[in-house]
Amino acid sequence: MGERSDDATGVEPAIVGNNRHRLAKFVGVIGELLVTVGVVLLLFSAYQLWWTNVIAAGHTSVAREQAKEYIASSTPKPLNSAFPKGDAFALMYIPRLKPSVWALPILQGVDLETLTKGLGHYPETAMPGEVGNFALAGHRATNGEPLANFDQLRAGDKVYVQTPTAWYTYELKVDQIVSPTAYWVIKPNPIPEAHLPSDRIITLTTCNPRWASYERWAFWGVLTSVRPRQDGPPPELEL
Amino acid sequence: MYGALWRKLPGPNVVKVVELLVMLAVVVVLLFAWVFPWATVHLPIDNVTVDSSSQSMLMPDARLRQVME
Repeated sequence: MGERSDDATGVEPAIVGNNRHRLAKFVGVIGELLVTVGVVLLLFSAYQLWWTNVIAAGHTSVAREQAKEYIASSTPKPLNSAFPKGDAFALMYIPRLKPSVWALPILQGVDLETLTKGLGHYPETAMPGEVGNFALAGHRATNGEPLANFDQLRAGDKVYVQTPTAWYTYELKVDQIVSPTAYWVIKPNPIPEAHLPSDRIITLTTCNPRWASYERWAFWGVLTSVRPRQDGPPPELEL
Repeated sequence: MYGALWRKLPGPNVVKVVELLVMLAVVVVLLFAWVFPWATVHLPIDNVTVDSSSQSMLMPDARLRQVME
């Protein structure tokens, strides 16, 4: 007995119509899901490009006040590797990166949370002015992106660091794009071949390329002068 | 999907629009406050440090080994 008998032909268009309806519904749901995914991805872009900066701006101004308070304190906590993680202890000024790096707080630690508040200090490295490597990290894109214009830095640029004891002036010397695992860049004397004229150096690290982070960009500088706190800020800063 | 949601929402059309906006706001807040921060940590973006986490944990070991040798 054939399934497609003559008396069934009257039913067939209805079945086909029903299937078409189901297919249309299915395709419609897939379409709605795809549009939803697209909207969520757009929202994620907005979160990254806009919202993280809004949040970071608030965090940075709180940390700046904390740094100012610490710098003004008459009996500041000693600046050493035991300095509490997440606390601000210095302010940085880089005329080339004004206004984003102008009274920018430097905090102890380089975890993601700390880096939304300013520059992070690798806790195991030297403190400002010390022999060794005063190594810092900062965002170049999103989360306040203080180092957004890192690519504009040039050898010879000045970097000023204010702590409770002094104003330290560093001069940038050499830079290099390195791998994310290049931990050597924040060690004392990381680039012997550069023959840096001092063993008191500074390292700035950030991501490269700016909107991805499969590499790191390091810039090294050397300490060129120290002004005791009572002498005030270096006159060229015009503070 | 969204058609069914629209039909299930109670009230006249104006009320439905308000209900949808509230639901949308809740979803956006959930995304911005929890989902996106969580995703960021798990995505290879926003990383600016040379690998200190693994290395700094390795370093004391290395020092210890030197002392012991």
